[in-house]
Amino acid sequence: MSLADGTRPRHVPDHLTSRGQRVIRSWETLLVGVAVLIFLANTWASPYFLDPWNLSDATFNFTEKAMIGFAMALLIISGEIDLSVAGIIALASTAMGYALQFGVGTPGLVLIGISVGVACGAFNGVLVTRLGLPSIVVTIGTMSLFRGIAYIVLGDQAYNGYPSSFAFLGQGYVFWVITFELVVFLVLAVIYGIVLHATNFGRQIYVIGNNPTAALFSGVRVQRIKMILFLLTGLMSGIAAVCLTARLGSTRPSIAYAWELEIVTMVVLGGVSILGGAGSILGVVLAALVMGMVTFGLGLLNVPGIVMSIFIGGLLIGVIALPRLITLIRKGQI
Amino acid sequence: MQLQSNAVTSDAQAVPVLELRGISKGFPGVKALDDVSLSLYPGQVTALIGENGAGKSTLVKVLTGIYRPDGGTIMVDGAETRFQTATDASDAGVTAIHQETVLFDELSVAENIFLGHAPRSRFGLMDWPRMRRDSRRILDRIGARIDPDVMLRDLGIASKHLVAIARALSVDARVVVMDEPTASLSQTEIEELYELVERLKAEGKAILFISHKFDEVFRIADRYTVFRDGQMVGAGLLADTSEDKLVELMVGRAMDQIFPDRTPELGDEVLRVDGYCHPTEFDDIGFGLRRGEILGFYGLVGAGRSEFMQALFGVTTPSAGTITLDGERIAVGSPADAIRKGIVYVPEDRGKQGAITALPIFQNVTLPSLGRISSRGFLQMAEEFRLARKYTERLDLRAAALDQNVGNLSGGNQQKVVIAKWLATMPKVIILDEPTKGIDVGSKAAVHEFMAELAAEGLSVIMVSSEIPEILGMSDRVIVMREGRIAARLDRAELSPERLVRAAAGIEEAA
Repeated sequence: MSLADGTRPRHVPDHLTSRGQRVIRSWETLLVGVAVLIFLANTWASPYFLDPWNLSDATFNFTEKAMIGFAMALLIISGEIDLSVAGIIALASTAMGYALQFGVGTPGLVLIGISVGVACGAFNGVLVTRLGLPSIVVTIGTMSLFRGIAYIVLGDQAYNGYPSSFAFLGQGYVFWVITFELVVFLVLAVIYGIVLHATNFGRQIYVIGNNPTAALFSGVRVQRIKMILFLLTGLMSGIAAVCLTARLGSTRPSIAYAWELEIVTMVVLGGVSILGGAGSILGVVLAALVMGMVTFGLGLLNVPGIVMSIFIGGLLIGVIALPRLITLIRKGQI
Repeated sequence: MQLQSNAVTSDAQAVPVLELRGISKGFPGVKALDDVSLSLYPGQVTALIGENGAGKSTLVKVLTGIYRPDGGTIMVDGAETRFQTATDASDAGVTAIHQETVLFDELSVAENIFLGHAPRSRFGLMDWPRMRRDSRRILDRIGARIDPDVMLRDLGIASKHLVAIARALSVDARVVVMDEPTASLSQTEIEELYELVERLKAEGKAILFISHKFDEVFRIADRYTVFRDGQMVGAGLLADTSEDKLVELMVGRAMDQIFPDRTPELGDEVLRVDGYCHPTEFDDIGFGLRRGEILGFYGLVGAGRSEFMQALFGVTTPSAGTITLDGERIAVGSPADAIRKGIVYVPEDRGKQGAITALPIFQNVTLPSLGRISSRGFLQMAEEFRLARKYTERLDLRAAALDQNVGNLSGGNQQKVVIAKWLATMPKVIILDEPTKGIDVGSKAAVHEFMAELAAEGLSVIMVSSEIPEILGMSDRVIVMREGRIAARLDRAELSPERLVRAAAGIEEAA
């Protein structure tokens, strides 16, 4: 080596670009721009948008989905996916409603909802990590399985009559316009942000998503980490099921129908690579805000639901295509 | 040699099939090719020699129309041409066999050979009978005994390589570019490839042969061109030069000695492996390894060396056998176990198993040492950069920044990152599987020197290598494996190329 002949090793700097450049070029900056634009457009389009209570209501459009979105982001970064999350909500909510018939109180209901979520996550995780099945196939299967059980139990019935202490979890306010759900969302965002970006565990998630073989060869316990991520996704689906059931005050088997696609959309819009290996929690938070504001703003303008989904779909494609378009134009290929 | 050089001089006046004049190609921040020239003559093999990063791959991409040069001219049969696209180059009769040709596991051999230019029947459908017939003809021509109907995934790596060659020859080529064609072949297969090159020569094809191995360059090439840092630094007839001169041209300085001088001081036995067995890959492997020792593992490709090393590292589970480390029996159930105990493995397949190319250098280096750069599971960024810097500097890594992605580095520097990653774990035993495969001479010497340095510091090294000079130059002791078993154990004093080759091929020792 050059060290042997007494010369100093060449100096390699830590970073190629400055922190400022990295921030400006980031996906999150783009999302902040989009969020500001939508905020301004909403303020301009409807006089009711800038009301604190209305805005508070608007947060319900994303809080429950985003809770699952955080865990889903980790799972997708690791190269897996869970499409059964809405099915888990249906099954967890049905389990809570069933327990309600036997007079189980709020703490018991919460425990049951969360336990069912974790159990469903464990089921997915075992199928993927122990049997080595592809997660997209497994969770398409369990998506129908979990919701199917809810339909068998409930038929066209619904469970009602949740206690008022339970309702607080979905409808309660902690302070002024700040809802309990919003607090849960913010706390979870901080926790997930720290876990993904500042811990060994988070680092290993990125490594697995980028190259599972090299991860294994570097001593990363790939299957164990994936199992934990499926459990986490189940746990978050359970928590979301508690909040959503408490907010609606009833359980129907169609609860949270098709949420899995909205959650995956949120995660991808947040800049998480669907191929795994890249993404951030801040991106998911921003994507949640953007989607929440769009839904709420269009709702104020009495735009029907189907048009909203067209808008969200267009937004997703637009935001993802934009950076690619800029690159192509810069290269002079368009 | 005399005969060959006569033949070359006699038709040296011939018009080159393909000629590059003053070609330049730049990328942001780098001048990959700077005013280089190259002539390829019919019926001759020109060897292109240079370290990694010298511009060889860029040149191949210019030749095959993948890159458009910034300046210079390309002449085909003495007429100026432009290669705007890959199709232009292939129309001009240029075909290339790359280091890693893209083939498709789920298609048959015939489909792989004719992908993109399959013969069509009258109705525009695939003409299967003709495709099979033509595939068999091409495979016969290169002496490959492969059934065109077999799925590619059922073939071994060497056979896949032959399919890649057949694919390159399925177009009517006049210029064949071979980019390190022998890198993954065993000795017998390399011999077969040489025969193929001779046959192509006889057919009047112009061949550009890119290689790191001087013995094969001298064996099959007629001419040479040496690149250094994007410039052409020498060209001529091989008959007029020597290995030393070529190495000097390549590295720009005299290299009097390729392998480091070592006076090993062996300590106590660190590792002892007894009766390691696997149902299909290897059988009854046992040996001891002492502190400061470099133990070479030689054998043909497929002898079970890598498979055994991966079992030792806990990737696969052996069916029987024990490992004793520092006098203590240990169980290795996973790579994580092995790393914790102090056994680490630098894999042969750097891109898939070694480096995580889409992540930055520092994250690659600290990956197995995350416990040491964190407190209670939280990463300490300053610690992380400190650790990464310490080991990359020790290996004299050449990179723009520590947060640069490993994929942007040259092969030699990628290997340095992988080695740095393992040294950071402060192992007792390091297993290096083909540590200098596909890296340039400069990095190779650096890796060798570093290996010697590590052994001198008391690390025990196991080196798997298929290169005889490397085995001879580095090992204190050599184990030769053949068909999953130990075929010979040789001390440094008993080492000779003949003994290694005989043991690996299973030929009885001559009396």
